[in-house]
Amino acid sequence: MSGLDPYVWSNLVTVALVVGGLALARFVRGQRLWREASVELWRRRRVAIVVVGVYLVIALLDSIAWKGGVPEGTVGVLPNAPLTVVDRLFLDTKEASYSAPLADVEFYGGRPLRRPGTHLLGTDILGRDVLYMSLKGARVALLIGGLTSLIAIPIALFFGVGAGYFGGRFDDFVFFLISTLASMPGILLLIALIMVMGRGTLSVCVALAVTGWVGFCRLSRAETLKLRELDYVVAARALGVSEPRIIWRHVLPNLAHLIVITFVLMFSGLVLSEAVLSWLGIGVDGSWGQMIDGARDELSREPIVWWNIGAAGTALFGLILAVNAVGDAVRDVLDPRTLRAGE
Amino acid sequence: MSALLEVRDLRTVFPGEGGPTPVVDGVSFDLDRGEVLALVGESGSGKSMTAFSILRLVPKPGRVVAGSVRLGGEDLLGLSVTAMRRVRGRRISMIFQEPMTCLNPVVRVGEQVVEAIRLHEDVSRADARDRTRALFAEVGIPDPEARLDAYPHQLSGGLKQRVMIAMALSTRPEMLIADEPTTALDVTVQAQILTLLRELQQSRGTAILLITHDLGIVNELADRVAVMYAGRLVEIAPRVPLLTEPLHPYTQGLLRSMPARGRPGEPLPEIPGVVPRASEWPRGCRFSTRCPVRFEPCAETYPAESHPAAGRRVFCHDVERRLPSEGAR
Amino acid sequence: MAAYVIRRLAYGVGVVFGVLFLLFVLFFAVTEPDDIARKALGDKAPPEVLEIWKQNHGYDRPLWPWQDWGDNLLFDHYRKMLSFDFGLSDADDSPILDRIRAGMGPSLSLTVPLLVLSLVVAIPLSLVVAFFRETYIDRMGVFLCVLAMSVSTLLYIIGAQFLIGKLLRWYPISGFDSSLAMLPRFLALPLIVGVVSGLGSDVRFYRTVFLEESSRDFVRTARAKGAGESRIMLGHVLRNAMIPILTRVVLAIPFLFMGSILIESFFGIPGLGSMTVDAIQANDFSTLRTMVYIGSLLFVLGQVATDLSYGLVDPRVRFE
Repeated sequence: MSGLDPYVWSNLVTVALVVGGLALARFVRGQRLWREASVELWRRRRVAIVVVGVYLVIALLDSIAWKGGVPEGTVGVLPNAPLTVVDRLFLDTKEASYSAPLADVEFYGGRPLRRPGTHLLGTDILGRDVLYMSLKGARVALLIGGLTSLIAIPIALFFGVGAGYFGGRFDDFVFFLISTLASMPGILLLIALIMVMGRGTLSVCVALAVTGWVGFCRLSRAETLKLRELDYVVAARALGVSEPRIIWRHVLPNLAHLIVITFVLMFSGLVLSEAVLSWLGIGVDGSWGQMIDGARDELSREPIVWWNIGAAGTALFGLILAVNAVGDAVRDVLDPRTLRAGE
Repeated sequence: MSALLEVRDLRTVFPGEGGPTPVVDGVSFDLDRGEVLALVGESGSGKSMTAFSILRLVPKPGRVVAGSVRLGGEDLLGLSVTAMRRVRGRRISMIFQEPMTCLNPVVRVGEQVVEAIRLHEDVSRADARDRTRALFAEVGIPDPEARLDAYPHQLSGGLKQRVMIAMALSTRPEMLIADEPTTALDVTVQAQILTLLRELQQSRGTAILLITHDLGIVNELADRVAVMYAGRLVEIAPRVPLLTEPLHPYTQGLLRSMPARGRPGEPLPEIPGVVPRASEWPRGCRFSTRCPVRFEPCAETYPAESHPAAGRRVFCHDVERRLPSEGAR
Repeated sequence: MAAYVIRRLAYGVGVVFGVLFLLFVLFFAVTEPDDIARKALGDKAPPEVLEIWKQNHGYDRPLWPWQDWGDNLLFDHYRKMLSFDFGLSDADDSPILDRIRAGMGPSLSLTVPLLVLSLVVAIPLSLVVAFFRETYIDRMGVFLCVLAMSVSTLLYIIGAQFLIGKLLRWYPISGFDSSLAMLPRFLALPLIVGVVSGLGSDVRFYRTVFLEESSRDFVRTARAKGAGESRIMLGHVLRNAMIPILTRVVLAIPFLFMGSILIESFFGIPGLGSMTVDAIQANDFSTLRTMVYIGSLLFVLGQVATDLSYGLVDPRVRFE
């Protein structure tokens, strides 16, 4: 065994996420409060939830990869490369250059296509199927939003709850750290971090997390300060319950709704930020932002190439709109007050 | 002589899960000129909503759906929005429970009273300010000149309530609605504000609709008392007979649970159960779920109005049963 | 009051020191001077050339004080940044301070009108939406806001250029000319794009603020004394909403100097935003860290200004 291939890791992580998701769903079903909240959410935002679900399924289908099963001499595929379900659906669809949706010939020059009439959304400058590229963007977007939140939220909770609960020196330190990070202009810090760490998916996510955790840290610190003074927490402390246990039993559960709301509200901001980073040339490979960036000159061509940017833009817009719509409802259902003022 | 204010079959609803939920349901009463009528009930009984309905200030999405509110013979519910605005503050003023939050925190208090005057009268800012100063003196604010330029947070709760009273009386309204005017204040300040209200009422002859849950205040100030329970009026009577011989079982329970009635050291009797939510109101008498003397018809039909004595009205099957001649009338 | 300002400023100085330390860690400790030199000169540059380059840029000394107390990069970094001696660009050896001076004008000529215009458009719009709360107009407004927020800024920029420049052929698509006669021609399109792309989140924010204020008890008092709805909105609600609005605006002011990265780079406005983008493309670390530093400095000043301006709008605030 000489280390695992990256695609094996990706498969393992995907399985872990699915198992985690199922466990979470089981937990939600078991808790009356959460079950009622999710029923109410479903009642309010059926369409948006289904849309998010579709993106999720596409991303999952693009996350499980295996080798083999590819006929010899398939155009555009390295021999023995691990391919995902989405990859396999679009095997051998590569053309030589631009072609319009459902066209039979190339857009410039009019040479016949290898697979005429099959490219629903046309092909891009390198002849790649635009529908295929757009579908692959779903995984990247969810990775950016999801992975970043998974890094940022625990950090924010650790510092925020710790500072709020224990106070003293640790609180001073955290408060200073937050002030310092918050005073650095977000986008510049983001750029600086990515340039220093090098370009790549992980460094973009880490950079987004570093700039993104501050807000939630502040919120969880303030909430913890309030919770700390509640009678039952004071009573638990007076009874000699250990501090970690109080935090685990009394503080964290009362922050859970804020975690969910933050996660959903953070998500769309992160994906949109990545689009800006792509524009600046430091985004994540395969994202919709990169497709848009790559297509920025296409609208000024004669005749114009619109399907590439159109597809990427619509895919991005659809996900963000659905998540925003769900986010609004999540906030209304779980917490009608706390987050309003500080938006 | 017709009454100053005649409220008839007032009904105010809020949209709820299973259709509109009434918070005020078929309430009727009169308020004479210069009279103090206390509207008594637990929180959630609809007494504040009755007041808001009179002024057409029911918070959205609630609304008045039926009944009439006649002020000097004119139905307020039928007035245009602009005409209603000329009634508010001009003919009917209102003071609230929380003087802390009812004044605009970023506007000087004198300015807020001046605004109230100039909304209804065509007077110069300087004249309005002079009147405000006089009003401040009248409601017992020490050093009124300096207080004119104070911000609300610089005044104590009692002073703020005095400012509210000055504002409410600034246009010499015929009627004042006082919604729990002393609840949020310290006990000593409460007494001062009550005395002030009584003095002003006597010197100016303003009619007051006093909303309270405190029977002590009722005893000090009211001429007549109307008792509300779960959106309905259950009993209305002059102060003395109501406090000494209440007829409705709910009024009786309310009086029994007053500390002054019990002997020290004895537990206060309380009314068993809680006020049911509007969605769980019984078809018949609203109090039937907690009533000690309930019998068959109580849960099924709402009791008709009976008149056990001059000026008294009560809604109770038990009273009806005991006064057959009255009930038949 | 004076004591409060001094304490507030002292904390701000602490924060700036913290920022400088973070920048040092990022740009000196993580990305060592050797890496920067190689990025500037290419991997094949001979070691002597690297050394000369490092000397010219002042990178030729140990990082930490414990390596050499008198002559180290950490102290040097603090000394230079605090005295606004930003040195040379890592990419093209031009003095950074001169370029910042040159870029500030174009940046401000875009961002100041942009801020003013955004306020002028967003606040009345959100007042209208808040005025019609709980009606179809409100619901429609919120829906449009969420819709507008869900579109990436990139698409606004590309869309506007395409629509106005290509289809309607109105304005110069990009470019800049600081002469007063030409300025409006070049700024019109970037301004429109800037205002429209921020409109969704702006209107939603202000609407929330207005709704928050209009649910307060004093609004009920104003109604009870017979004030009309528009008088209540303008006289009472807006006056109280000024507090959160002011916070947002005063905090935005420092960043006016930083320009707008996206809009400037797309429309070819030679401001600080474009400069930042160039720095990214050219691996120009020294310019980038200078920009982050200046941004933080301005932010800290903006925060002090916000705190002080509270005192102007909110009579409850006393500086103790």
